[in-house]
Amino acid sequence: MALDAKIPSGPIAEKWSKHKFEMKLVNPANKRKYNIIVVGTGLAGASAAASLGELGYNVKAFCFQDSPRRAHSIAAQGGINAAKNYANDGDSIHRLFYDTVKGGDYRAREANVHRLAEVSCNIIDQCVAQGVPFAREYGGLLDNRSFGGAQVSRTFYARGQTGQQLLLGAYSALMKETAKGTVKMFPRREMLDLVVIDDKARGIIVRNLITGELERHEADAVLLATGGYGNVFYLSTNAIGSNVTAAWRAHKKGAFFANPCYTQIHPTCIPVHGDYQSKLTLMSESLRNDGRVWVPKKKGDTRAPKDIPESEREYYLENRYPSFGNLVPRDIASRNAKSVCDDGLGVGSTQMAVYLDFADAIKRLGRDSIEEKYGNLFEMYERITGEDPYATPMMIYPAVHYTMGGLWVDYNLQSTIPGMFVLGEANFSDHGANRLGASALMQGLADGYFVIPYTLGNYLATNKLEKVTTEHPEFVAAEAAQKEKIEKLLSIKGTRTVDSFHRELGMVMWDKCGMARTEEGLKEALVRIPQIRDEFWKNVTVTGSEGEFNQVLERAGRVADFLEFAETMVTDALNRKESCGGHFREESQTEEGEAKRDDENFCHVNAWEYQGVGMTPILHKEALSFENVPLTQRSYK
Amino acid sequence: MSQKINLKLKVWRQKNTSSSGNFETYKVTTDTDASFLEMLDVVNEELIVSGKEPIAFDHDCREGICGMCGAVVNGQPHGPQRKTTLCQLHMRKFKDGDSIVLEPFRARAMPVVKDLVVDRSAFDRVVQAGGYVSVKTGGVPDANAIAISKENSDLAMDAAQCIGCSACVAACPNASAMLFVSAKVSHLALLPQGQPERHSRAKQMVMQMDKEGFGNCSNEYECEAACPKGISVSNIARMNRDYLKAGLS
Repeated sequence: MALDAKIPSGPIAEKWSKHKFEMKLVNPANKRKYNIIVVGTGLAGASAAASLGELGYNVKAFCFQDSPRRAHSIAAQGGINAAKNYANDGDSIHRLFYDTVKGGDYRAREANVHRLAEVSCNIIDQCVAQGVPFAREYGGLLDNRSFGGAQVSRTFYARGQTGQQLLLGAYSALMKETAKGTVKMFPRREMLDLVVIDDKARGIIVRNLITGELERHEADAVLLATGGYGNVFYLSTNAIGSNVTAAWRAHKKGAFFANPCYTQIHPTCIPVHGDYQSKLTLMSESLRNDGRVWVPKKKGDTRAPKDIPESEREYYLENRYPSFGNLVPRDIASRNAKSVCDDGLGVGSTQMAVYLDFADAIKRLGRDSIEEKYGNLFEMYERITGEDPYATPMMIYPAVHYTMGGLWVDYNLQSTIPGMFVLGEANFSDHGANRLGASALMQGLADGYFVIPYTLGNYLATNKLEKVTTEHPEFVAAEAAQKEKIEKLLSIKGTRTVDSFHRELGMVMWDKCGMARTEEGLKEALVRIPQIRDEFWKNVTVTGSEGEFNQVLERAGRVADFLEFAETMVTDALNRKESCGGHFREESQTEEGEAKRDDENFCHVNAWEYQGVGMTPILHKEALSFENVPLTQRSYK
Repeated sequence: MSQKINLKLKVWRQKNTSSSGNFETYKVTTDTDASFLEMLDVVNEELIVSGKEPIAFDHDCREGICGMCGAVVNGQPHGPQRKTTLCQLHMRKFKDGDSIVLEPFRARAMPVVKDLVVDRSAFDRVVQAGGYVSVKTGGVPDANAIAISKENSDLAMDAAQCIGCSACVAACPNASAMLFVSAKVSHLALLPQGQPERHSRAKQMVMQMDKEGFGNCSNEYECEAACPKGISVSNIARMNRDYLKAGLS
């Protein structure tokens, strides 16, 4: 199967406008005749469901949490980018486009990124109209800050809770449509399978997490907005419930998985501290605007940070990257933290941490100013670690945070299964091999508010969709297969817990497929993962029964999928012999230890086609061309 | 520095909404650097290995923002630390030998689903009654078209921080949801975008709150004390004014 990205012709800045005009429309009176399923209610899913409901479609929205407002978009702290140029500092749509393509290390699709930059301004307008309380200046206009390596101030924020406020905005729009009856909300439902009829996505099987019943839902199109797969590492900044299940099961039904090896390791997280640890907590990288990153110059220096004089401190980011300093992109900041700790300069009880020091900023700006900017983050740090970051430097270490890979989609956000669209973090398209700070919120809302309402209409208007019912043999078979899988999980009654397998998998992934990857290590992982998976299916214990609220069973299903997905992820990492963005192959680095791309051989998207559990998937390639942002080696020196 | 402490837990166990529940006692040794939920994870891992059903509790982000977690710890929703969700409460707040009684957030409008998990869908229905600005996607003015004073914007943000965890309901002797409802009413009442529907919003949301079976406010201020985000009871006064005005117009 040849991958067709369906990129419109014409100059980059006109593609989206031209395409919007060329796409077919659904007559307003006919929209209510179409049933649309949206899975996931984070920024992408909630904004899509609400916008489609407003247009008049008949929408069903699903989430596994008890309310759509809980989705993990809520945890995003720092902000959302938009090319408004309110700061009058030289920003433009083209600059945001350029920065995103470059920041993604030239592994994103130019046309998608340009569209993202174009609609970024509409997103801010929309959110303000909904009542999102973005930070403002004394004159009453919106405040902007520079964020995550950007040289312009284009980030809009709501204290350290931007994701929360944007999600509550999208959620309020969703509730508005729910009240009107255009959207029907199904919380505490987990998607277990996609139903494909006549090669088109026509519905889903979900488990009602309260009663345990399996339900069939039919539709004319299915939208997945189910987030990323960072929890394959067990420890990540993702919510505990975040999982790959919906995406993976759609993959097994024919949707290609693109660039699964692209994961983002966020540089500023609270370090790991115990074997009972269940998750890692991010400290917004906005902290790097005022905090200075350093380690002691001497190995094994156990003095308290305040006792280490300036001359014996290594401000490694400022020294190695004088023009960007502490604000280098995430992948670079993370790898440098790893390298200083690998060199034995790490601090804290595990020596796997570096300092993020606010002493200079407090001296320069005053404690009140720092408190206003970062107060809630400092409080959070103190609650978790028991240390006061106003008095002593924070300790931070990188942690898995975001996944740039995801289900392959074309320019219209349609997967390789017609009628199944993928939005937000769950797709692969806009961030290349590394996502810039404050761009995830932008992409989720762009897809949901401003892209899918157009491209979905075109699909519906140009495809003849026969009426299907949930009695169709494909629905019956899909439900039966899920029932069998659940019964199998409950029947093993082994001796190990689901979490113990998840931890074991996570350790393998972090060691072999984490911040630095080697051919040797990845090959070891390909041996280990099937072993863990085999033992899981022989020796896991799942308590309780299927016909009830059963959190162990929920987790078992998710971990079973991670155990399959991990192998594809490692296969992808092994195949991509170059380093790019968040994917660092030790074999491919410059003399200075920076990521070295191989544009001649790897300037493409890897899209994997499922062949069966434990079978090597088939690789398809989508060539990437860079006509507007010339390919260069990234430099932040 | 972290250390190990031994605790006795008395935990509410209830199979489902229709069954009656009871307390079960568990012993646990925990690290003081662990979070409260990580301590429960340890208890649950031991229960699962011995073939027993683990304690069901809701949780997701574990960084204090999703609003999914929560339980009453020794009589206090989210436990003894002010402005802290259960997932952010750490075991260094407890001493070796302590007993901890753990119960679900209880209210007639929020029935127990299982153990510590409750049904908070009433909150969604209250928001559906009017907790939004009725704008559609597209066709909105430029974000800087309307200036909003920093003071009002900050106050709106203070109210908008509500995470919908329902600790306020659990803390209130009347099981009132006034703090939750007033936080949303205030957030939008303080912004120009919220003005056209300001009074009808207050009225509709309060009516739905009553319909769900939440109680009324009798100025105990327990909600504010329990709120992990420090939402102020002054929001309730603002909502009451808007509700009265809605009745007069």
